[in-house]
Amino acid sequence: MSLFTMRGVSKRYGGARALQDATLSMEGGRIHAVLGENGAGKSTLIKIMSGVVQADAGEMILDGQPVRFRDPAAANRAGVVCVFQELSLIPHLSVADNISISNPPTHFGIIDRKTQRAMAEQALARAGSEDIHPLALVKDLSLSRRQMVEIAKALGRNPRILILDEATSALTASDVANIYGVLKRLRSEGMGLLYISHRMHEIAELADDCTIFCNGRNVASYKAGTKTDNEVVELMIGREYSSAFPPKSPPRSSTEPPLLEVRKLCWTNRLRDISMQGRAGEVVGLGGLDGQGQREFLLALFGVLRGTSGQILIDGAPVNIDSPGVAKSPRIGMALIPEDRKTEGLMLPMTVAENLTFAAMDRVSHFGVVNRRAEQAEIDRIMRLLAVKSAGTGVPVNSLSGGNQQKVVIGKWLMIAPRIILLNDPTRGIDVGTKQEIYQLLRDLATAGAVIVLYSTDYDELVGCCDRVLVLYDGAVKSELVGSQITEHALIASALNMDDKPASNGSAKTAFAEIED
Amino acid sequence: MGDWYYWHREHRGTLLAIFAFVVMFAIYSFNHPVGLNANVATTAANKGVLLALVAMAQTVVVITSGIDLSVGAVLVLANCLASRIVLGDTISTGMGVVGVLLVGCLCGALNGLIVVYGRLQPIVTTIATGAVFYGIALALRPVPGGDVNAQLAEALTGKLWLDIPASLVLLVAIIGLVWMPYRRSVIGRATYAVGSSESAAYMSGVPIKAAKFTAYTLSGLLSAMAGLFVTFVTYSGEASAANGSTYTLYSIASVVLGGVSLFGGAGSAVGAVFGALMFRTIGDLMFVFNLEPLWQPLFQGLILLAAISLGAVRLFQVRNRLELYD
Repeated sequence: MSLFTMRGVSKRYGGARALQDATLSMEGGRIHAVLGENGAGKSTLIKIMSGVVQADAGEMILDGQPVRFRDPAAANRAGVVCVFQELSLIPHLSVADNISISNPPTHFGIIDRKTQRAMAEQALARAGSEDIHPLALVKDLSLSRRQMVEIAKALGRNPRILILDEATSALTASDVANIYGVLKRLRSEGMGLLYISHRMHEIAELADDCTIFCNGRNVASYKAGTKTDNEVVELMIGREYSSAFPPKSPPRSSTEPPLLEVRKLCWTNRLRDISMQGRAGEVVGLGGLDGQGQREFLLALFGVLRGTSGQILIDGAPVNIDSPGVAKSPRIGMALIPEDRKTEGLMLPMTVAENLTFAAMDRVSHFGVVNRRAEQAEIDRIMRLLAVKSAGTGVPVNSLSGGNQQKVVIGKWLMIAPRIILLNDPTRGIDVGTKQEIYQLLRDLATAGAVIVLYSTDYDELVGCCDRVLVLYDGAVKSELVGSQITEHALIASALNMDDKPASNGSAKTAFAEIED
Repeated sequence: MGDWYYWHREHRGTLLAIFAFVVMFAIYSFNHPVGLNANVATTAANKGVLLALVAMAQTVVVITSGIDLSVGAVLVLANCLASRIVLGDTISTGMGVVGVLLVGCLCGALNGLIVVYGRLQPIVTTIATGAVFYGIALALRPVPGGDVNAQLAEALTGKLWLDIPASLVLLVAIIGLVWMPYRRSVIGRATYAVGSSESAAYMSGVPIKAAKFTAYTLSGLLSAMAGLFVTFVTYSGEASAANGSTYTLYSIASVVLGGVSLFGGAGSAVGAVFGALMFRTIGDLMFVFNLEPLWQPLFQGLILLAAISLGAVRLFQVRNRLELYD
């Protein structure tokens, strides 16, 4: 008998059908991966399982008993615990407070802090993160460490079913290695794990069973390893999977000065002597392990960091960029698509139209008065160009799916017709279809004469999109790969700071396995 | 890094407020013409405790990232009511005190109900209910007057053994018996959780509604305690709109001086108490340095500005401008 079964579950939000007659069956002691594009119904599925929303129809059976969860607390009591993609930690409380937040140990109504601390230490140990101090405030921890606390918090509730929603997207490489071990151990203890991820290699590494969702329905369930990546992607997107990356344009040689040149850029101890050149028409990639200074480099270019040294040249002339306002001015024409679209990219409660025009106000206004007609024309042009799926431009941007929100962020910057476009991991947590559209767009923009600087945590993306890749290590450029030198193998070898060329038959996977051991 | 480091990190605002108050009070007592005698201390304590109670009331609501602009009105209402019913023999006086505190709770509970279930903004809700509470106070006491049980009033505003002001002991007792258990209870932690990140609190199954409701009710109770204490100090009731507004604004100033974040989630009523005492000491410092009382609001304002600026010093060290907006 399976541990958990879901049958005929449907859910509508207003007119939109999020989940239609969905079926899922989970066993204890196995890791069950759920795949699908954004908007395929994965999020709704786990929200129903964990009591965040209620299904309109259908049934859920846990251990042979029909169940229905009124709220997340009810699901937790029944043993279904979710590690959400959006962090559920309270920033101003300590790690220990957070781990026992929903059910703290009490003594006559007063929280017993000694017991609480012991519980926290135990939960952290179970999550393989003994190095996190239980009294540290969550707001002082890095994103990766917070995610580990999130997992410890879930384990502190002794779940029978643990749901992980993109749980590794914020983790550093060492924490990822750590969490793989933890998940495998939990599996061997008999826990049922539901694993949602966009990263195919994670699924290959961890999953026992897989279910694919497409347009709110489960379209296929199979044992892991019985389908090729290509078949899986075809099922996910429901159409033929052609080459994901647009063809690269042949490198041009030119005597003109490069559009963007950076000489010996330094900032505190996080950036060391970074130099680069980007010519019009080029897509320059930034590679390396997460957190090696890639984000800081983009922020430094965009004028966000104080106290940088070194030189930035535009069209061969030195410029001083000391704020994003200067960076986006027509003279420089720089745009930055930030890492966190929800806080740095968008004003979530405001409309799509308002979000699109924020950066380009000066282009559609005269003496401080907005020309509504010009504004609308620009908005229409961008909406068409990017094919944003939205119920009009007057709806709040938070009603859009993640991929479409990201398109709005990009569209907002295309409004100023930038010549230099910096992107900070723009496809993180985005569905395959939208990814392809973004790759094509980047190539088109480059062909039209822009220089693109793309930081990505996805090596495939760097290989497929970039004409040149700078691999950063510890704030410095470790190596620069050009054209056919850009392979997954070379990227990983440089990222791991391997000095010599590794053995010729060593694949990317083994390189990773070595670092993880 | 050891436990003490994290303890200090969590209580930095409160520790800073205590330190600042001690420094200011030391300057005050060394420069006082007659030195710090028992009478001076008692008068200072009574004034300080009054504001401290209102500041505590404000703190519990501010921690939920709300604001209670009706604390002053509840104080005035409690004062007017107390001047009518806290009279007579022991039993009727006792019933009167309970009655006043109960009315305070009801006022706070009303705010809580409207904010939690009506989903209205705390700022507009409490402006409106504050006006209502003040209207009731005016009906109870159209002209200043009334009386209060003199024995009780003297006992609570006088001195105890070793010349310790009774009001300070009362304040410490309220902190120990109301605030401390509250802070360490499940509902108290939920108050912090709601203020720090309401969506995360919801996702974690924290009792959000109960936490907010309790915070507003507790705020009403503490404001009523302050109103009761006003009656003990003045031996009368007065429906003064000016008093109400002043206490409301001073309570917010005290909360800020006490290191409580107006964004919610961080700070302690203990910090706010010292913020209130600090704010009072500013006025007393004017007195010992022979400054015109007319200048008092100006100087209080300047010191408040300076205190807030101290909190902003870290911004000069920020190397990544994005962190300015965290």
